[in-house]
Order: sequence, then C-alpha cells, then structure tokens
Amino acid sequence: MVKFAHLIPLFPFAAFAVNILFGRRLKKASALVSIGASVAALAIAVMAYIGNAFGGEGPYTVGRWISFNGFALDFGVIIDPLSCMMLLVVTVVGTLIQVYSIGYMHDDKRYSRFFAYMSLFMGSMLGLLLSDNFVMLYIFWEGVGLCSYLLISFWFERPAAARAGMKAFVTTRIGDTGLLIGIFLLFFTTKTLYFKDLAGLGINDATLTVIALLIFCGAVGKSAQFPLHVWLPDAMEGPTPVSALIHAATMVAAGVYLVARTYGLFLTQHTSLIWVAYIGAITALMAATIAAVNSDIKRILAYSTISQLGFMMLALGVGGYEGGTFHLMTHAFFKALLFLCAGSVIHAVHTQDIFKMGGLLGKMKATGWTFIIGGLAIAGVPPFSGFWSKDEILSEILKGGHPVLFGVAALTSLLTAFYMFRLIFVVLFGKPRSELHAHESPAVMTVPLCILAAFAAFAGFFRPVKFEFFTMGVSIAISLTGIGAAYVFYILDNKLLPASLRSRFAFLYKLVSNKYYVDEIYGALIIRPCMRIADIASGFDSKVVDGAVNMAACLSLTAGKIQSWFDLYIVDGIVNMTANVTWLCSAILRRFQTGFVQNYILIAFFGLAIMIFIKLIGGR
Amino acid sequence: MIPQSHFLVLGAALFAIGLYGALTRRTAIGILMSIELILNAANINLITFNKFLGGPDGLGQVFALFVMAIAAASAVIGLVLVIAVYRNMKTIFTENMNIMKW
Repeated sequence: MVKFAHLIPLFPFAAFAVNILFGRRLKKASALVSIGASVAALAIAVMAYIGNAFGGEGPYTVGRWISFNGFALDFGVIIDPLSCMMLLVVTVVGTLIQVYSIGYMHDDKRYSRFFAYMSLFMGSMLGLLLSDNFVMLYIFWEGVGLCSYLLISFWFERPAAARAGMKAFVTTRIGDTGLLIGIFLLFFTTKTLYFKDLAGLGINDATLTVIALLIFCGAVGKSAQFPLHVWLPDAMEGPTPVSALIHAATMVAAGVYLVARTYGLFLTQHTSLIWVAYIGAITALMAATIAAVNSDIKRILAYSTISQLGFMMLALGVGGYEGGTFHLMTHAFFKALLFLCAGSVIHAVHTQDIFKMGGLLGKMKATGWTFIIGGLAIAGVPPFSGFWSKDEILSEILKGGHPVLFGVAALTSLLTAFYMFRLIFVVLFGKPRSELHAHESPAVMTVPLCILAAFAAFAGFFRPVKFEFFTMGVSIAISLTGIGAAYVFYILDNKLLPASLRSRFAFLYKLVSNKYYVDEIYGALIIRPCMRIADIASGFDSKVVDGAVNMAACLSLTAGKIQSWFDLYIVDGIVNMTANVTWLCSAILRRFQTGFVQNYILIAFFGLAIMIFIKLIGGR
Repeated sequence: MIPQSHFLVLGAALFAIGLYGALTRRTAIGILMSIELILNAANINLITFNKFLGGPDGLGQVFALFVMAIAAASAVIGLVLVIAVYRNMKTIFTENMNIMKW
C-alpha cells in the first residue's frame, strides 16, 4: 500500500505559489502551470481511485498535527468510495475547465492571477475532500469560500461583481458560523473531531440533533439552500469558467459532501434528516420555478444548480445516500458542461439575455450540440447520466415512504425539463431575435466541451445500473412532458401562449419572477435594520466617542496654551528682564565712551586737576 | 637776573597752549604737535627747578634731553599710527576714527 493521496492538493497549491509569485513573468505560461498541476493531481487521484476500488486501500494518517495539553489531532487522509469519486470529479472537471479558460480568458489583463486563484481553489477543494477531521475540513472549507469570493469579484472594477462577491462571502459566512459552533459543540460534548467516530456517539439525542443541524447549517450556506440561497445567482457576475467550476460543479457540492461525510451522525438523528429533506425539497421546487421564468442564461443555470443541490439534499434527507452522492457526480459533469456552453455562447454573442439570442445551433455546432446533450442529461432523458441518478433518487424517496416529497421531486423534475428546454429552444432554435454576429469558439474551448459532454452522457454507467421500472416510467414521462411543454410554449406558439398564461396567473408570475421577494425580505428584515444600527453606531461614534476625544483634545490644548503663555511671559520675562537691566545700565555707561580723543584728555586733565587740588588742600 | 616766576609762567603758558591745542585740534597730527608743546612746558619746568632749587648742575638739562629723545620716539610712533590709520580709513580727523566705539 502506497500512501500518496495527501500529495494531491500539494500540486495545485504549488501552482498557486508559482503563479502568484511569478505570474507577471510567466504571462500565458501560467495557464500551463495550473493545468499541469491539475493533470498531476488527476493522475494521483486516478491511482488513489484504483487503489481504493481494487487494492482495498483505505484511510491513513500522515502524522501528528496538533498536540498539546492532552489534546491530539492527526493529519489524516480519508480514502473511501465517496472521496475517491469526488476527487476524480474535481480533478477531471477542474482540468477541463482550466483548459477552457485559456480560450475564455485569453485577453484578460489579470490572466495569470485568474489561474493562480483557480489553482488555489483546486488545492483547497481537494484538501477538503481528503480531510478526515473537522478542523482540516473547516480550514479548507474557508479556503474554497475565499477563492469563491476572490473569483466572483474577479472583475472588481464592476460594482455589481464586487457587491456579489461580498454578498456571497457574507451569506455563506452565516452558514459557516453555524458549522463552527457545531464543531465546537461536538468537541466539547464528545471530545472527538474525526468523521469516523460520528456514527457511534454515546451522548443524548437532543445535543446530537443540535450538532447535526448546525453542521447542516454550514452545508446550507455553502450549497446555497433555502434560506441562504440568495448569493448563488448573484455569484454569476464572476467569469463563466468560475461559475462552472466553483458555483456549479465543485464548491457548492461541498455542502452536500459535508452532509454525506457526516452521514453517520445524521442517520442516528431522525429529526435532523427530516430537516435536510424538507429544506432540500423547498429549495429544489422554489429554485426550479424561478429558473422557469428568468431570462438571463447564467442565472437560469444558477437557479438550476440550486434546485439540483436541493434535490441531492432531499435524497440524503430521505436516506438515499447512494442516489444523492451519485447525483452529486453526474450533476458536476452536466452542469459544468452547461455552464461552459453558456460561457461559449456569451463569448460569441456578448449578451446574457436569452431573448436576444436565437437560432445559434446553425452557427455554433459544437457548442449547440454539447448544450443539447447537457440539457438531455439534466432533464433526465435516458440513457444520459442525469436520468440514472435522478431515477435513483425518485425511487429512494418513494421507498422511504414520503408521498409529499415524491410529489415535490416529481414536480421539480418536470420543471427542470421544462426550463432547460425552454432555454435550449430559445437560445439554439428559432430565428435570431437581435443583430448577432455569432461565431464558434476556438478549439481550446470546444474540445473540453466535447469531453465533458461525453462524461455527461455516459457517467450514468459508472456504477451498476439499477432497473426500477415504475419510477423509470414515471421519470421518462415527466421529462418528456417537460420537454414537450417547452416545445409547445417556445417553438410552436412562442408568442401567444406564454403571454396569456402570464396574464392569467399574473400574481403568481410576479411572485416567481421576483424570486419570491427573498432578497427584498432580507433587505427589509436584516440588511436595513443592520444598516440602521450601523448608522446609529456611527452616529454615536462620531458624536459621543469622537466628542469625548475632541473634548479631551480641546482641554489639553487649552492647558497647553496656558502653559505656553506662562512660559512666554513669566519664564521668558525673567530672562529678558535680566538682559534688559544689563542693557539699560550699559546704555547709560556707554555715554561716557564718546570716541572723541579730546574728551578723554579733558577728563584726564580735570581728573588730574581735581587730584592736585585735593592734594594741595589735604597736604597742608 | 630773570626771576624764577617768569620761567614758571612761560612753562605754564606753554602747557596751557598745548592743552588747549590738544583739546581743540580736530586732526591727530595737531594733537600730536600740542602734546609736544606740553612736553616742552615740562622741560622748561625741569630746567627751572634744577636751576633755582639748587640741585646738581646739569641734572635738569640731562633730564630735558631724555624727555626730548622720548618725545621724538613717541612722535615717531604717533605719526606711524596716524599714517596707518590714514591708509585704512582715508582720514586723520579723530571724530571719524570710531570703529572701536560701541
């Protein structure tokens, strides 16, 4: 058994260091550094996967990391089917997206900085996947959050991008705080931080439920689940490869991964599982409805991502560990593909409004067809990968005995097929809706698309196919209904039907197209009161605190003035008086010093005369 | 024989003329000349008192000769100073020689 999996994150970290230090000199070569590191990580990940699947290699410890005062924490690496699968997904998708970025970012002025951040992200994400305890996980968890922030606001000259980065960071931070408290609580009640100990903790249920919910809180923030989903659509201000890698395939999946990783804890606490399921279901349905009415190509995909992550949470919540993690993998492939296609489209037409596009399939063959493959995969059409994973989730929900949740999941699937083919029909088919000079993207962008399309199509066969004929039939029917509805709405009758439906359900449409007013509610309930408090605090600061400081300054100024007056007039006065008296005396005395020789002679003569006179009188 | 008082009056007159000159001349050379008069008044007194008070013969004359020699030397030094001052200050008027004054 060769222990080398802990080397995987080191390559991207090294690439980050090289690019951040020598990026200016490397220029275009910085992309090669990052991609080389990713390929090296991919190679080791493949070896680790093979070692785990066929050689029976498992978790191991690299060495003692922290040791003080009776507390000890090992630097461990976790190798199991889940982490190996995710390692492969992250390295494959990450490598392809970095190759794609060469084309997408080719004339950006912070080219090497972009690749440095991408490598930092890759390293943090891979480290997160390999962590075997909460402390390491939390470090890398914040690392990917930092990269997300840096890359969302990569074009920080645009105020919207800067604000989106801030929003993402603050919103996920709310969840992270929950996670951190959960970790503290876990450590103080059970004295363990290792994932492997979570299944059999012998303490009371209420505490464990709270811990599980707090950990889930972190997952909610990172995976953009309701009610912390608001940051992900805004995160689309970042470059599209970033959206594909971080905000579709990998980082947002970290929340689902966290729940899957701590699944032993959730399994013992039924209440927390129910929470996971219902939060997932609400998120899935809500985001799917918003995606169905939005008109920004990247935001549709962002809401689709939220919806699919909700789907995974729902699967985990009803006990479908297999289905949830399987969907995690397939989703990473097809959603990365869809985002890269969207990026290629945006690169070609320079707009994100789908109602300004149209008929692009003829002009962009590779992008268009891979887009359709991605759409079929996410809509759940056999034999594409999304079908298998979604089908497994549906059958697990049904098996778990949750008819309501099954209904929600089915409706979400329907909406998924609908909005995705709405997008495809509007963008790729029909006539151009505005003056566009679309052209196919360069090969450096289309080749990764084709490879990802192959993964999106066939990733469903990575594990043994399970045949559940009832749910399969239902699922196929749902997908085809969704696609059919989109066809009717946007190809056959693309003027009248959507408009008439819109006017008939005006209230509902307004509610959904305004994203259920979640941002507005947060604005009114949280942000504005916070601003008000900040205003008051700032007022207090500038009036009272600054006032006190200014008063102290004023007083010492006055004291200084008095002292300076005393010094100037009393102390200096005494000195000056001495000088003045001396000057006065000399002014009198110097009158005798006339400078006329005759005066001196006269004085000498009279002096002599007086002395003789005295001598004559006295000498008698 | 000429009485002693005549000599003394002559000496005193000479001294008074010298003193007056020394006090009123504006030029340094005039003052030097007046001082020579005062010295000569002193010489007359020296010789007179030697003659009339009965000291050794010739003592007064010898003393007068001394005074003359010293007066010549002092006149030389005085004239040298006056010339040096004149070269530097282009003046021999004593009221203008005031650079040492406060």
